[in-house]
Amino acid sequence: MSDRASLAERAADQLDERLGLAGGLRRQLNKVFPDHWSFMMGEIALYSFIILLLTGTYLSFFFDASMGEVRYDGSYTPLHNVEMSRAYASTLKISFDVRGGLVIRQIHHWAALLFLAAMTIHMLRMFFTGAFRKPREINWLIGITLITMGLLEGFAGYSLPDDLLSGTGLRIASAIMLSIPVIGTWLYFLVFGGDFPGTEIVGRLYILHVLLVPGIILVLIAVHLALVVMQKHTQFPGPGRTENNVVGERIYPIYGAKAGGFFMLVFAVMALLGGIFQINPVWLYGPYNPAQVSAGSQPDWYIGFLEGSSRIFPSWEIHLWQHTLPPLFWPTVVLPGIMFTLAALYPFIEARLTRDRALHNLLQRPRDVPVRTSLGAMALSFYLVLWLSGGNDIIAAKFDISLNATTWVGRIGVIVVPPLAYLMTYRICLGLQQHDREVLEHGVETGIIKRLPSGEYVEVHQPLGPVDEHGHGVLEYAGAAVPKKMNRLASAGRRVHGFFAPVEEPAPVEEPVMDEELERRELAGRPSDPNA
Amino acid sequence: MSEREGSQREREMSEREGSHGSHPAPIERQLDRMTPAEAMRAGAELDGVHIVHKRERFPVPGTKAERRAERAVALCFVLTFVAVVAFTVIFIAAPWHYSLTDNSYTWFTPLLGLTMALALAGIGVGAVLWAKWLMPEEEAVQDRHDGRSPEVDRQTTVATLVDGWNDTGLARRSVLKRAFGLGVGALGALAIVPLGGFIKKPKDELVSTPWKAGLRLVDMGGRPIRPGDMMPGSLATVFPGVPGGLKAPDAPTMLIRLRPGQTVQPRPGQEDYGWEDYVAFSKICTHAGCPVSLYEQQTGRILCPCHQSQFDVTLDAKPVFGPASRSLPALAITVDADGYFVAKGDYREPIGPSFWERP
Repeated sequence: MSDRASLAERAADQLDERLGLAGGLRRQLNKVFPDHWSFMMGEIALYSFIILLLTGTYLSFFFDASMGEVRYDGSYTPLHNVEMSRAYASTLKISFDVRGGLVIRQIHHWAALLFLAAMTIHMLRMFFTGAFRKPREINWLIGITLITMGLLEGFAGYSLPDDLLSGTGLRIASAIMLSIPVIGTWLYFLVFGGDFPGTEIVGRLYILHVLLVPGIILVLIAVHLALVVMQKHTQFPGPGRTENNVVGERIYPIYGAKAGGFFMLVFAVMALLGGIFQINPVWLYGPYNPAQVSAGSQPDWYIGFLEGSSRIFPSWEIHLWQHTLPPLFWPTVVLPGIMFTLAALYPFIEARLTRDRALHNLLQRPRDVPVRTSLGAMALSFYLVLWLSGGNDIIAAKFDISLNATTWVGRIGVIVVPPLAYLMTYRICLGLQQHDREVLEHGVETGIIKRLPSGEYVEVHQPLGPVDEHGHGVLEYAGAAVPKKMNRLASAGRRVHGFFAPVEEPAPVEEPVMDEELERRELAGRPSDPNA
Repeated sequence: MSEREGSQREREMSEREGSHGSHPAPIERQLDRMTPAEAMRAGAELDGVHIVHKRERFPVPGTKAERRAERAVALCFVLTFVAVVAFTVIFIAAPWHYSLTDNSYTWFTPLLGLTMALALAGIGVGAVLWAKWLMPEEEAVQDRHDGRSPEVDRQTTVATLVDGWNDTGLARRSVLKRAFGLGVGALGALAIVPLGGFIKKPKDELVSTPWKAGLRLVDMGGRPIRPGDMMPGSLATVFPGVPGGLKAPDAPTMLIRLRPGQTVQPRPGQEDYGWEDYVAFSKICTHAGCPVSLYEQQTGRILCPCHQSQFDVTLDAKPVFGPASRSLPALAITVDADGYFVAKGDYREPIGPSFWERP
């Protein structure tokens, strides 16, 4: 044991003599990370990307990105002697003739769905808590770029097998390119190297999918994380937490152990999904054939909003001086362009309108910023109407509704629902704000009914802190969660333990008191003994 | 530089020195007398990290509760070992080849996924529980210094940049500056010009298809079709009877036999496109290029499964609902001397989605 220790010491000593890393290493080990369940979304995105790199590398050893025709002679007998591209045949090979290949392929696909989902939810968390505000606008822009790159990467990936479903998706993509005014046909011939489908597109998508786009994503993630390290993580307001500090656990060892374990858990869920839940069974679809399509064809979830927008957009074709502007152009090029531009610019728009030029490291509770929260709800409901419209044929079939009615619901809903969402969210935010103040003033309802000597019944309220001569709480709202139930009293203002339900803990034996300032803040967010 | 500015810089520099925490750096002599825990705290203070709360989860070592927690965490790691063994055994020994008669291969992938998940979850749950149950409870506060750089850094950096720029002499050597700009700009073009290899001039592929006058209509198996082959109200996908016709992306055509009593109101100029009760339309949707496939013979409607555009056959495949804006192009057909369907020519308009150059 001591031999090993001394060996490690000697190695570390030799390294440090050459590189002088000790101080920097200690600073990184001591880095403090705040802990909140909502901060895990970005982590999930990162972990799913790592899973994608691992499984994708494995798949690339077997996949043949060629559109050359072969007659299938592999193990999957139902497709014997069918003519297909090498891309499709090698996907069948991975699924049936590579031992364990199918589970890796399915993990890869599930992880891709998770990657996009985690990035999207991570973005929503950033938005609704105001984490994008100065000084973090750069990371917001990088995040938006990462999501667009993720969409491109996902689309390129699921187009590779050259099966009936992905080929149909590619044909729609080709129509979207054609719809662009002036340069549309040129772009179409440039991308496909001729008329659709040509013989080059799978090879081109492959190099985009395995080199170019993942390379860009990797660099952007590296910068994204480096900025988080440089600027330090945001935190929710609470006792002892200020704009000028970070309260949490150090990376080494506790936070690191939790994060490493969490990576394994994300990977475990992906392995379970990849093993048990079939995804993209391309052998059931058959090879791509421009004359065939199956009913209920659906893209991966993250393309659904574009599918929906093209379904509900009216058939408005514009003719200009012997030229045509197809209806497909608006919902698939202009609309996502506007959506992503607005999202990217939002931090700057908000700063301009609120004239807020301060640096912010403390997060906001969504209810405390009703306008932003309502705008977010509006954008989210707009997206959801589009997304649901992308599956309107499935909804119509499953619920036995007229297909055309579901289209009309989408057309009207996309205009009517967002403003309603804005109004409702705004009222909910105000209501929640008011409730916070009410509890701070009158205390928590205890459920205990007391009968006064006069015969009057009153409910006993538990004050959250010191009270004035009228029995009203004197605590000010400090941006932290206010306990609303008796068994949440101990959780007031501290980080919420547990995901779905708070974990109850015995009262702490010793209170970490650093100075009077901290003590005062502690009182502001935490109930004290009313008898004291 | 004025004296006031100088003293301000000094002050900022001294503030910056002190920003590593209020504690002075421990000298080596003190370090020798420190326990590792004390040295760790001293190092943390150097990094502006104050450990305000640190408590062992089990203040009394060796209690039953602690041993129970330790055993549970250890069990998680052992589970990983067992799961990896199971994964390996299944990987090597379980049947996995596809078979039409024996379904046992269908267990292979789920079992691999399950054991892999167990192996990963064992380490994952173990690590998280380890941190939560056995590692000390800790609350650390790290100082944050954000915002702009100290004034001295800002000004000296700007000065360095300006001085370097002056050293290049570009400010006064305007000829050199312009020539340099010209050369570098040209290099940028050099990076773009080779991309011209991607460009293909759009040719008439978008406006023509393999269909020609006299080409037989063949089914997916390449067999020609006679008028008697189809039931009233039915639809068949047909292709031009030329080599490669079955695979051509712009050739698929729907041959529809109308039901008795159903008539088509032809678009102007297409009055003689059908043959008796047969009509033929391009199968490629004019919206986004999917094959329109779902034919409802009762109403004579064709539905595209991609974006739900609907075309009415009795109105000469005019779009009646959904995002499509153009009728499906009709193919003029007739019957040749041998009694097989043939095309009377190519489509008279481009098939598939619209594009800019299309009038």
